[in-house]
Amino acid sequence: MKNYFIILLSIYGISMNAQEAFSGIVFTKEANETLPLEGANVFWLGTQIGGVTDQGGEFSIPFSKKTKQLVISYVGFKTDTLSVNTNIQFRHVLYENSSGNLDEVTVTQRRKAIQKSYLEAQNIINVNSAELLKAACCNLSESFETNPSIDVNFSDALTGTKQIKMLGLTSPYLLITEENIPMVRGASQAYGLTFTPGTWIESIQITKGMGTVVNGYESIAGQINTEIKKPFSDVPLFFNFFTSANGRQEVNAHGNFKVNDKWSSGIFIHGNQRTQKKDQNGDSFLDVPLAKQLNILNRWQYTDAEKGWVSFASIRWMQDDKQIGAVQFEPDRDKNSTSIWGSEIGTNRFDGSLKIGYVFPEIPYQSFGFQSAYSNHKQDSYYGFRRYEIDQESFYANLLFNSIIGNTKNKFKAGINFSFDQYLETVDTFFFDRSDRSVGSFFEYSYDNLENFSFVGGVRIDFHNRLGNFVTPRVHVRYLPREKTILRASVGSGRKAANIFAENQSLFGTNRLISIEQSGGSIYGLNPEIAWNYGLSIRQIFSLWGGSGDITADYYITNFTDQVVVDWEKQGQISFYNLEGQSRANSFQLAIDFSPVEALSFRLAYKNYDVKTAYKSGFLQRPLQAQNRFFGNIGWETERSTKGAQWRLDLTYHALGKQRLVSTVRDGDGSFAPAYGLWNSQLTRAFNNKLELYAGIENLGNYTQKNPIIAAEDPFGINFDSAQVYAPVFGRMLYAGLRWNL
Amino acid sequence: MKKVMILWVFLLPLALQAQEKKNKNAKATFEVSGNCEMCKKRIEKAVLTVKGVKMATWDIPSNVMSVIYDSNKAPLKTLQGEIAKVGHDTPLVKAKDVVYDELPQCCLYERMPEE
Repeated sequence: MKNYFIILLSIYGISMNAQEAFSGIVFTKEANETLPLEGANVFWLGTQIGGVTDQGGEFSIPFSKKTKQLVISYVGFKTDTLSVNTNIQFRHVLYENSSGNLDEVTVTQRRKAIQKSYLEAQNIINVNSAELLKAACCNLSESFETNPSIDVNFSDALTGTKQIKMLGLTSPYLLITEENIPMVRGASQAYGLTFTPGTWIESIQITKGMGTVVNGYESIAGQINTEIKKPFSDVPLFFNFFTSANGRQEVNAHGNFKVNDKWSSGIFIHGNQRTQKKDQNGDSFLDVPLAKQLNILNRWQYTDAEKGWVSFASIRWMQDDKQIGAVQFEPDRDKNSTSIWGSEIGTNRFDGSLKIGYVFPEIPYQSFGFQSAYSNHKQDSYYGFRRYEIDQESFYANLLFNSIIGNTKNKFKAGINFSFDQYLETVDTFFFDRSDRSVGSFFEYSYDNLENFSFVGGVRIDFHNRLGNFVTPRVHVRYLPREKTILRASVGSGRKAANIFAENQSLFGTNRLISIEQSGGSIYGLNPEIAWNYGLSIRQIFSLWGGSGDITADYYITNFTDQVVVDWEKQGQISFYNLEGQSRANSFQLAIDFSPVEALSFRLAYKNYDVKTAYKSGFLQRPLQAQNRFFGNIGWETERSTKGAQWRLDLTYHALGKQRLVSTVRDGDGSFAPAYGLWNSQLTRAFNNKLELYAGIENLGNYTQKNPIIAAEDPFGINFDSAQVYAPVFGRMLYAGLRWNL
Repeated sequence: MKKVMILWVFLLPLALQAQEKKNKNAKATFEVSGNCEMCKKRIEKAVLTVKGVKMATWDIPSNVMSVIYDSNKAPLKTLQGEIAKVGHDTPLVKAKDVVYDELPQCCLYERMPEE
């Protein structure tokens, strides 16, 4: 019996009174100090006669002659039962639970890899690390292949970069944050997602629709937040190796150590390279780039749970180099050559961030947080004759206060943020320099009736030197008409500056003439993009054949009141101009998740996109946007043995309907890309909790686009265009890897 | 001596206020009988209807309710009374049998025999 009781029977308290009250004091020991314990329960065993200790640890309850067993309990403390035979002044010391001498009961419940929100008013999908393992490889841009809410497209036929879309809109219309600090924006828009290695990611939160006002006004179609692994909770040592048949190798190494009980630190190192030249389709252009990347992150975490402080400090450095273009292109020899087309893209990025969070220990519903981040992003590149350089320096700071109004049914967040961006841009022989400054404040109120209704209403006011002074309102409502039916609605506005070159870098892989039809605005002479987004979603949770699942239907409308239209319609030209007329993106999704037995799960989704914009040439469906998409995924996994051994198998299918193509020498007026389907599969063998091997095939059906590059034979002619890509350039691809942790 | 007195007079309201402020966020834990997720919702909702209660969490396995409340506005007995009104026994106030009997099947916790 490790629980020993200290009962100090003191002589001075032999007082008895008429009402037969039993009184005493309960103490606790904290750092060798004996302190009175407030709020402890004191009651007679088997009865409900009892009371709670006051600030001085004192209690007074009726004396019970019946049971003579007194129970003293407090959350997080050992519960003591004591024999009391006579009514004397009573003193007792209650000890905190420490895991060492407590019979632990561990309840494990398998968490689903994708969790759709049940309690939040916003439509948030949480993707945890188990789901991320299903993706073949290797970085954030490739982490969405098994998620129907996000569509993965190909940005061009040269860089192998994947572009993501949500609600039919490309990633510039999403607010992409890393631990709630805006990350993929401005200069990093084209390749930014490839700069976060997949193994660093702890989880991803995808918000469909406007989302919260806390992180800024820039989100229009949705928000994607990535949580990086925390040194305090991550494994001490981790290694990952990956190799694929298209010549890509990746290495990841993580080390985490605890300096003391409050400080911990982690070092994350990622390297990848592709050194082999691949040209399957025989167009004499590389199907995938030659590449190398080195990416190093060091983060420090400070946690003082007792006092309520949590803090993170991170620094990160990244260098990424790609070579694309003709197979025989040698940069040293052929740079500026007029016969061999080639390109080099070099990116160097530095990030530093500091976050401090404080939760008031006495009142856990009140907290404040401070975030600040600095980044320097530098890209130097040339594409044949074309030159593109962008240098962005950013500073961001955010101060947030959380508390309640009355009680925890009414919560609010209020704060201010500041951002500064300095851009130096060179496009061919033109220079575009600008600096953006904004100060904003926000207030978000949320109400939850704790039963079937919740509401989040947020508003922010921003003062921006280029976007102007403006108000951004956003409202989210959740209602449960029945226990397993969840209705959600949202409405809100968003606005952003269009970084036309950084967001449309694939244009440099063409010889199209760039035309900016200025309208007197202050961003490349263009006005900012403003949109309203309306969403409606219904989710029904069901049980069938002993399994469980859910079916979700959602419909989102994005209406642009102003937009920078990217017009590829005219042959040999790309134009940017402010919207005149209508532009909308309506998207419908029907998704079913079903798990008939523990080991098996199905995920099916149908998506319909109606994305139309008023171009100079008419009100047209956005090019390279499939109107219909279908997604299917089957996952199978055996039960983990006590050692942790397990098999996991995944099969994913994507079907894309026909996509409108712009008129080029390859595709005539009014032509469409054929509908097609893609299969991916992956098999993982976990030998124990420490070692896993995985292998898979991407593009199992070996479907490729026949001539991804238009006029590949004349890369310096006006018709050369590598941006009109609707299907994979690279065929069936095998890969394998291993993960090991300590 | 006079100076000290004046200082005292000046400090007194401050000290009182500090005392009061502490009570504004008083913490208490007590046992509330109940079983399940539905009970949790019902119990927490009942406590939060009392003016002055800021936060209420009822833990299912231990049946312990932790509240943060303004003890000037609401005595513990009032909180427990509200809980008892929706059918859950508390140390100070017991639920009426009629209310208890109306609870859904899963919420019918085992009642302690009365003294």
